[in-house]
Amino acid sequence: MEAIIIGIAKSAIRLATPYLYASIGETIGQLSGVLNLGVDGVMLMGAFSAFYTVLKTGNLWLGLLVAIVVGAIFGLLIAFINVTLKAEQGISGIGVYIFGLGLSSLLFSTMVGTVQTVSGFSPLSIPWLSNIPIVGEIFFHQNILVYGAFALIPLAWFILNKTPLGLSIRAVGQNPEAADSLGVSIVRIRYFTVVLGGMLSGIAGASLSIALLNVFQQNLTNGMGFIAVALVYFGAWRPATVLTGALLFSTVNAIQIWVQVHGINIPSDFTLMMPYIVTIVVLAAMAKRRIHPPAALNKPFERGE
Amino acid sequence: MKYRNVREISMSLIPIAAFLLALFIGTIMIAFLGANPLVAYQALLKGAFGSTNAIADTVVKATPLLFVGLGICIAFRAGVLNIGGEGQLVVGALSATIICLNFVELPGWMLIILALFVGFFCGAIWAGIAGYLKAYFKVNEILSTIMLNYIAAYGMNYLLRGPIMDPLQIELGSFIPQTTRLTHVVDLPRLIPTRLHFGTIVAVVFAILVYIFLWRTTIGFRIRMIGQNIQASRASGINVQKYMVLAFILSGALVGLGGAIEVLGVHHRLFTDGSVSGFTGSAGFNGIVAALFGQLHPIGTIPASLLLGALLTGANKMQRVVQIPSALIGALNGLIVLFVVGSEYLRRSQTRRMERTEDTKYNSKNKNKKESQ
Amino acid sequence: MMEMKRIIVILTLISIFVLSFGFGASAELFRVAFIMPSAINDFAWSQSMYEALLTIQKEMGKENFEFVYSENMFVVADAAAAIRDYASEGYDLVIAHGSQYGASLSDIAPDFLDTSFAWGSTANVFTDLGITNIFAYEPLSEQGGYVNGALAAKLSKNNIYGVIGPIETGDAKRYTEGFKAGIKSVKPDAKINVTWIGSYSDVALASEAAQAHIDAGADVLTGTSQMTIGAIGVAKQRGVLWFGYDVDQSALAPQNVVASVDVIWAITLKPMIEMIRKGERGGKIFTLNLANGGLKIVVNDEALVGKTIEDIVKGNIEVKVEE
Repeated sequence: MEAIIIGIAKSAIRLATPYLYASIGETIGQLSGVLNLGVDGVMLMGAFSAFYTVLKTGNLWLGLLVAIVVGAIFGLLIAFINVTLKAEQGISGIGVYIFGLGLSSLLFSTMVGTVQTVSGFSPLSIPWLSNIPIVGEIFFHQNILVYGAFALIPLAWFILNKTPLGLSIRAVGQNPEAADSLGVSIVRIRYFTVVLGGMLSGIAGASLSIALLNVFQQNLTNGMGFIAVALVYFGAWRPATVLTGALLFSTVNAIQIWVQVHGINIPSDFTLMMPYIVTIVVLAAMAKRRIHPPAALNKPFERGE
Repeated sequence: MKYRNVREISMSLIPIAAFLLALFIGTIMIAFLGANPLVAYQALLKGAFGSTNAIADTVVKATPLLFVGLGICIAFRAGVLNIGGEGQLVVGALSATIICLNFVELPGWMLIILALFVGFFCGAIWAGIAGYLKAYFKVNEILSTIMLNYIAAYGMNYLLRGPIMDPLQIELGSFIPQTTRLTHVVDLPRLIPTRLHFGTIVAVVFAILVYIFLWRTTIGFRIRMIGQNIQASRASGINVQKYMVLAFILSGALVGLGGAIEVLGVHHRLFTDGSVSGFTGSAGFNGIVAALFGQLHPIGTIPASLLLGALLTGANKMQRVVQIPSALIGALNGLIVLFVVGSEYLRRSQTRRMERTEDTKYNSKNKNKKESQ
Repeated sequence: MMEMKRIIVILTLISIFVLSFGFGASAELFRVAFIMPSAINDFAWSQSMYEALLTIQKEMGKENFEFVYSENMFVVADAAAAIRDYASEGYDLVIAHGSQYGASLSDIAPDFLDTSFAWGSTANVFTDLGITNIFAYEPLSEQGGYVNGALAAKLSKNNIYGVIGPIETGDAKRYTEGFKAGIKSVKPDAKINVTWIGSYSDVALASEAAQAHIDAGADVLTGTSQMTIGAIGVAKQRGVLWFGYDVDQSALAPQNVVASVDVIWAITLKPMIEMIRKGERGGKIFTLNLANGGLKIVVNDEALVGKTIEDIVKGNIEVKVEE
């Protein structure tokens, strides 16, 4: 029983890692009022650029850095289209997704050619903590990007709730007119959050290609970026609840694999559905909770004259 | 006045200019891959419009985009984002297929109508789930539609590799996940001897119906009002929840009908490659693009889906002629979406600025009048 | 004027292109078009066929054999358009490399009687519809699975095995059934756990499935389709053995990939090309099996030898010399 729990929990934590980076990035962007459906495309670009850098140089930190830079460039692109050009955010995100998917596949075809592996970040046992029974085994024998993803949650909470910057981000998403009249630059804040979101999506991709899977293939993320966006709504723009959602989704997924491995006789299609069904049902069951969506989400800011 | 007309025309050219700019960037990418961009774009045009067959293929490709686009128009107008088109297409197709497999003894025309109606109905239910969850359980529609897309895909896989699999596949031992070919009596009539089928006409008719519905009926008016100002709608006594669900249901119904028509008009069977996109060709997403290109107007969505259909059809031809990796086509399509959607604002703001100047002129004139009086 | 000049330039370029296509072809040149559902570098189904065409091109020479391809044609309607288009351009052979393309092929083939079509994997050439220009090819993947399974059973210590498949259909289902039978032939009491990922491309889930299999005690894993690269990575990391399918996968984990079932498509393509040259356009079903060399078990010495030595050293295998 103990081994089963450890196995499922470790699996869930690994599965949740890319979602955490991408969902927190998206949460921050949405809190400032920008919806980006193109997370998956940015993740793919991050995954490819990190993979390629590591393949050519063997330097993992450089790979991570390149993924962050590429993510930031995509963030700038998204911010330019959504904030400066005030495009319809639902559709521009789809454009970003199609573009990122195509470009990463194209670069892979022309620059790498065939499937290869790299040696990525290896598990890093945290001294002392990793010796705690069960908990230590589950949480403290992971790789550095997994730790990073979990460390991001309190960090994001702190920034969003306890700093002037967080206050400005929320103000811009909640009531841009008021924020504007108080001298907060809507454009600057939104550029900042979207670029930050791009960087985090880049890390999310890198966590797949140079830490968890250590390989790249066309469409490596297989739609994870869309799940990451969905988890933002599950989390109702709160980092801790985003974490709950990501862990819920990933745990159910880990359990359904476990159910299959142990030959429990349910058609695989139904077990595969479970993470999606459970996420919806749990969210519906929480209908009574109070949600404060950023009022200006998906609404470009126009200064009244 | 003349000056204004020139400006207006130039403004409508902005999206076209953006489109061309994206193609120009594509030129660089193609040249970089060692192919001749001129030959490539020539092939793109030829592939989309070069022959009767090419035009028919373009229109066939545009048809599901139009159905999805119409669904998106209704949802967007109600202020909800339905990105569950992929799942709704699959559910519509699946239910229509099951009807056609089970009621073979019915006369063809009756079976066609029944299958299309069931596709319409099941698409409505599938989207209705998302609408209901949003209206009464505060489940965000982006989350639920993404999840429902996956659930639809796995459900389709289950049915196709078991209950509705072609018996021949089991007999042969090849286990290809597809149904048997549907009886020929349910093939939608061909319009000309190409792949062009009657479903396109149905789509256009529905475009007109959606226009009438949204702009000429009370329900349509209320749906649009919710999208414009939810607080004001609530204040004026509109049951916002009810209309939100209704918008979702209608949106999904049109998409489901589109899925059913794909089966009866194009594929004549259902199959899966594991994901939904093998069947839909990502029409559930591209239809959103079509709706937005068409200014979220049902009639505008017709040429917009045609343009996207042409682009997708032509791009495949381009890949074949110049033998570039297919990923380039994807990247290029993404660029076009980004450029056009980005340019949209320029056009809108220019138009608005122009109107505003006219308004101020008018106002100041009035003011002058008043003052002089 | 400028406009006129540009049009002339364009027209000239186009006509040069068209002419080079029309008259440049020599009588000997055999032209093949290849349509596949995934990418040429998928490390599985499509890549193996692509490599076969490259091999044939190398053998016959570029002047005698030319091929073009359309990859990622997972949308069947797009694939159908490609098949029709290539056929109308007079290719000698159009390969529709996906079982989902069959229905479109049966519609298109009768319109292009001078072109041969090849469809796989299937054992159906539509002779019942009176069609004469379709070849079919079908790898008996269960045979490859059986050999892999028998080898796996010999090497497994725990007698627990894990299979990571995409969807329980087609090639994947047959390979898995063969793999199970192969193991059972050696060790009837074996425990074989099977997981289906529900997708051909979910690398992350395949990776977690491999982890779960190993947690459940499996020390030998196998699987099919492009997403298994995720599982091979886990096999490498946790030091269990892997059996591959479609292409030789040993490069990904030289210490762990014991053997791969390599599908040698050239075995069917070569006689197919011969038949077409003799004027036979279709009607034949080719099977790829161990007997005709269509399936080849590529044993990776590094892993197998390494594992054997390790077993002897650890005492898992006792080498006795009988007198």
